[in-house]
Amino acid sequence: MQAFGSGAMTNSIADIVEAKAILAIGTNTTEAHPVLSLQIKKAVRQHGASLIVADPRRIELVDFATVHLRLEAGTDLALLNGLAHIILNENLHDSAFITERTENFEAWKAVVDEYTPDRVSAITGVPVDDLVRAARIYGGARPASIFYCLGITEHTVGHQNVLALANLALLTGNLGIRGGGLNPIRGQNNVQGACDMGGLPNYYPGYQPVTDPAVREKMTAFYGVEQPPATPGLTMGELIQAAGEHRIRALYIMGENPMMSDPNTNHVRDCLEKLDLLIVQDLFLTETAALADVVFPAAAFAEKDGTFTNTERRVQRVRQVFDPPGEARADWQILCQLARRMGARGWDYTSPSEIMEEIAQITPPYGGIHYDRLEGDGLQWPCPSRDHNGTPILHVGKFPRGRGRFHPVHHQPAAELPDDEYPLMLTTGRILQHYHTGTMTRRVSGLNILAPEERAEINTLDAAELGIADGDWIRIASRRGVVTVRARVCERPRRGLVFMTFHFVEALSNVLTNNALDPIAKVPEYKVCAVKVERAYPPEDRTHA
Amino acid sequence: MAYAPTLSPDRVARTTCPYCGVGCQIELHTKGGVVYRVSAPFDAQPNQGKLCVKGRFGHDYLWHPDRLTVPLLRRNGQLVPVGWDEALGFVADRLAAIKSESGPGAIGALGGSRCTNEENYLMQKFARQVIGTHNVDNCARL
Repeated sequence: MQAFGSGAMTNSIADIVEAKAILAIGTNTTEAHPVLSLQIKKAVRQHGASLIVADPRRIELVDFATVHLRLEAGTDLALLNGLAHIILNENLHDSAFITERTENFEAWKAVVDEYTPDRVSAITGVPVDDLVRAARIYGGARPASIFYCLGITEHTVGHQNVLALANLALLTGNLGIRGGGLNPIRGQNNVQGACDMGGLPNYYPGYQPVTDPAVREKMTAFYGVEQPPATPGLTMGELIQAAGEHRIRALYIMGENPMMSDPNTNHVRDCLEKLDLLIVQDLFLTETAALADVVFPAAAFAEKDGTFTNTERRVQRVRQVFDPPGEARADWQILCQLARRMGARGWDYTSPSEIMEEIAQITPPYGGIHYDRLEGDGLQWPCPSRDHNGTPILHVGKFPRGRGRFHPVHHQPAAELPDDEYPLMLTTGRILQHYHTGTMTRRVSGLNILAPEERAEINTLDAAELGIADGDWIRIASRRGVVTVRARVCERPRRGLVFMTFHFVEALSNVLTNNALDPIAKVPEYKVCAVKVERAYPPEDRTHA
Repeated sequence: MAYAPTLSPDRVARTTCPYCGVGCQIELHTKGGVVYRVSAPFDAQPNQGKLCVKGRFGHDYLWHPDRLTVPLLRRNGQLVPVGWDEALGFVADRLAAIKSESGPGAIGALGGSRCTNEENYLMQKFARQVIGTHNVDNCARL
């Protein structure tokens, strides 16, 4: 966002196959975004693209890769600076693009010059030969694309990680072209849309800053109510923290389950219990709803009309097929009813398409989004007007901020590293068969046959040292909590690394994870914390322990 | 022999998969109030007929007996079923009281990256217009 002036996947899923080289970093695409991974596989197998996978685990995508950069978790910045260093040294960069479309190159280059292959290899644990091969592949092919996911952002340096990736794309001129780009793969179905719609403390819909006086004036006129002061509100982690300190007294949660999804679960519970009023709106009595003062029963995706915006900025229809069960209502209806109860004006919508008409009026990138235009393949924003056909590729010829800016970034260690007491590192992620906190998928019988329980992955050599065999029960402890879980002893994680998901409440990784935040993006460091592991009795036999 | 579906659907509805951010297009084949088959249109972006195990087989939760069907309100420590009128009235009164006692900044809202654009738009409008705070976020940071 800061580098180009826009925060979304720059390219489209359809043009992945046109890449000659693909760098996939911090994305276990085959499990977290399976259908998008098929395009990456197709690019490799049918179109001859070279794939570089950077991940501490030997994930399935590695089977398709030319190089696997098996870096130590939390050393992405050093790795990316190191790749840029080699690209520059080997003269693989795009000088014309840098001159015409970027700024701050020299200041950035001075920093990258310090990241010699030997130094980067020492920090990341990746052999120099692999660094050079990867740099030659990414730097030597046009177009080349970058895909990243939460393995990049869920660090205390997540924001800098993204800038480092943007630097690489600017360095090689891989922006504004088919098959290139910088492509964050968004986690949930509509996380892109939730952000686009201004569900953020610093932006109104369409990324209009709350700090801009002209925006504030416009919204005051539009909503007919003096808008809050021009300073950003609190982020999710800050709201929960503020609840613990009685600065936030009421919290209204729609379709989220922070009791499972947020780091350091025990701390989250303590904070939420201090609220005077917790309102939760959901399909099920989630772990969070169980703490609520009021629970509103909501309609599921098949029980309401609306739109979702996918990771490539494509606005697509959601259609009602069934009535909600019992007295459950769609989230939009509940919000309208509550707003009217509180005496607000402008809440008389009779359908989601009427709400979209209002969105189009005040959200420039959605200015041309209307339901009658969303049949078929939907529309990719920016789509500013009714006669605009949407934008499959961003930054063609120009960035929203003018020139793309190089941002110098330095390697910083993770907030909590292994030590004598907690000698292993824990990283977290997803598996194919389950989704997020499992609220939905744990209630689908077929998926539970495929993946009935959590298995913590531990490297074969670490397991041997600890006397742990595949399938054994183990206790994993961090400074914040303890979980008991069965081990999957395998070669997937690097030596010293343990991997868990956050799908299973009975063995929840977020009891262990660190709530240290990236100071800018405010993303917690889910991907690195220090743990110790020992053999354990099964949970039902704990009395014998 | 090729598989040929023998059940004729009441309806085949095109919609968007509710799981990950790829946003696959799916067709829900319904009969008697349930989905008995999920297919994907081959000519549609972004998935061109392809689906993963969740998109194709992951929708049974819709009819799970745990689904919430009535509003719940905490009384004497227990969540008990109440009518919409009472639940909405309770929340409206409490939010208004907290706003007047402690200011709009004492209230926060979390929109859902699982909910629609229209619903997320309304959640931020609710925070900014009705409550009067920028304390609105979603789980994009997870």
